[in-house]
Amino acid sequence: MIAVYWQTAMAWLTQLEPHFAPLQVAIPLIAAPICVLIRQRRIAWFFTLVVTWVTFAIAVALLVQVRSSGDISYAIGGWEPPWGIEYKVDLLSALVLVIVAGIAAAVMPFARVSVEREVPNPRIYLFYTMYLLSLAGLLGITITGDAFNLFVFLEISSLSSYVLISLGRDTRALTAAFRYLILGTLGATFYVIGVGMLYMMTGTLNIADLATRLPALQNLRVVEAALAFLLVGVGLKLALFPLHTWLPNAYAFAPTVATIFIAATATKVSVYVMIRLLYTLFGGTDFFATTGVDEALVGLGMVGMIAAALIAIFQRNVKRLLAYSSVSQIGYMVLGLALGNVAGLTAAILHIVYHALMKAALFMAVGCATTQARVVQIEDLAGLGRQMPVTMASMVVGILSLIGVPLTVGFVSKWYLLQAAFVAGDWAIALVIVASGLIAAVYGWRVIEAAYFTDAPEGRAEVAEAPLSMLVPLWLLTGLCVLLALNAEWTMTLAEEAARALMNGAAAGVVP
Amino acid sequence: MMREKPILRVVSKNLIPPIMLFALYVQFHGDFGPGGGFQAGVIFASAFILQSLIIGVAEARRVARSALVRSLLAFGGILYIGVGFAAVAMGGNFLDYDALDPHDPVHGQHLGILLIELGVGITVATAMITIFFTFAGYEPLPSEPAPDPNREAPEREDLAQAVPPHEGRR
Repeated sequence: MIAVYWQTAMAWLTQLEPHFAPLQVAIPLIAAPICVLIRQRRIAWFFTLVVTWVTFAIAVALLVQVRSSGDISYAIGGWEPPWGIEYKVDLLSALVLVIVAGIAAAVMPFARVSVEREVPNPRIYLFYTMYLLSLAGLLGITITGDAFNLFVFLEISSLSSYVLISLGRDTRALTAAFRYLILGTLGATFYVIGVGMLYMMTGTLNIADLATRLPALQNLRVVEAALAFLLVGVGLKLALFPLHTWLPNAYAFAPTVATIFIAATATKVSVYVMIRLLYTLFGGTDFFATTGVDEALVGLGMVGMIAAALIAIFQRNVKRLLAYSSVSQIGYMVLGLALGNVAGLTAAILHIVYHALMKAALFMAVGCATTQARVVQIEDLAGLGRQMPVTMASMVVGILSLIGVPLTVGFVSKWYLLQAAFVAGDWAIALVIVASGLIAAVYGWRVIEAAYFTDAPEGRAEVAEAPLSMLVPLWLLTGLCVLLALNAEWTMTLAEEAARALMNGAAAGVVP
Repeated sequence: MMREKPILRVVSKNLIPPIMLFALYVQFHGDFGPGGGFQAGVIFASAFILQSLIIGVAEARRVARSALVRSLLAFGGILYIGVGFAAVAMGGNFLDYDALDPHDPVHGQHLGILLIELGVGITVATAMITIFFTFAGYEPLPSEPAPDPNREAPEREDLAQAVPPHEGRR
């Protein structure tokens, strides 16, 4: 009996396999309105949990497909690529899909308790609706091969994350969400202006097609302006240092689950878009060499790494501290991708994956502490090292990884970044990387000191350890932070292959 | 209000059915001429908005109950993506309408466009109605005193304290 079901299911799966690319986006997208119809908060949670796990399974299947049989191209609606919308999965996008869907799936078991604690009960099903929409948007950005379709998904993910942030308990969540809305819309507008200019000049929106046409047009001022608009737009979305002002409050006041998800995925996907822009879309042009884009990005990345880390030292709110640390870490990724060599690009890709893992783990640890002990400020962590040992131990691992201590993933990507700096022959960059790690040690120490070396305030009720449903996902991610460092080849080969493919694609695109 | 404004009442009463009919025309004529789901949805919603302007939001809400509107809002989206899934189930690419009718691809295209535009129309109409109701039908929370439009706003004590009168704001 079971064997028959199994066979039918397998037959179904093989039939569906060529359609995994659109299903990757379509399943969470259709699940979001279904969630509205469900309304009941527990059922909505369980439904979302199942959907995110299915989505993650599809992402893994796509990665396996890409590894075994090369890039996937899918024509939506049967309209062939340069005319219709193309979904394209290569190694880099498959990797980002896995990390986004994986974080979404890992957060869900954690979400039930945390969301019920932080979001007003009648709105919980709407929270999950927005969560699914945001996931669909981020996956769509990653998978699409169409520059305008990318904008549409950018808007889907951004609009839903504004709502997610505004659902926070603190009233400041509303102003934070509004600020993000204004700046995020500006960013999206800049992006679409850039795409419009490119469309005006080439008559195509397909990224691969654009990439073959742009080298012939690269002397035109319009194309240069388009690059500028695109970079500023994406820079706003990924919170590149001077454009990061929306980020700290948005992360600090959003519901914890929203913070974990957005912090771990949204900015990483934007970094992915920036890599796509520079190495695929403009890969054939020699803008990197002629316009000083690389120098600007390297400079901004380094300033961000140092300045944001310095600001993080002076934060009192734990989530704000981690948010500034995110801005600083984004600096690493931008620096890596702007250095323009394989090692740098590998470091950027690795750091996308690793930083997603460690920030998700760190925000989850804060979430556990918030749920059990109403932790908001760093002082509130006092004594929790003894009272919530499991949670705080994971926090320590996360912080060590942020600093870049050996045996954690943070070390691996930083090592690559240092190599990239040496390849580029710039000792100053290497110094800045090390300095930024040292500053991270300062702000990280403040958290550890509060948790382990300060006594719990008098009169606080005994704090219990977080429930298992929160600890298991927390330690799953924390464990990965260590495991992927001990067994670094697996992610490293993937990232390096992806980086080489991008570089070669860019080099092959140059039309003599 | 109904009794006081006979002109508004009579005109709108006569206008609302043609507006709705016109919306349906724009909806279903969309694949032959200008029109389509978005425009039709907006026109359809405008009938409801006109009605609530004339007879009041509370009355209009009795017709378009929020549970119903919200469900339809979701249903439109499900219908659209559902067509995509149906195309995959019938052996085509995602959203490939050709696959919807195995005998005649042109017929399949018609069916596909009709269905997804219907989804768009339903979602846009209900979204417009929801947006209007949300802003127009804002009801203060029980703890907030209802603002009386006929009286001047009372001075806020917290502001008066924050800025002593002799200093003022510079």
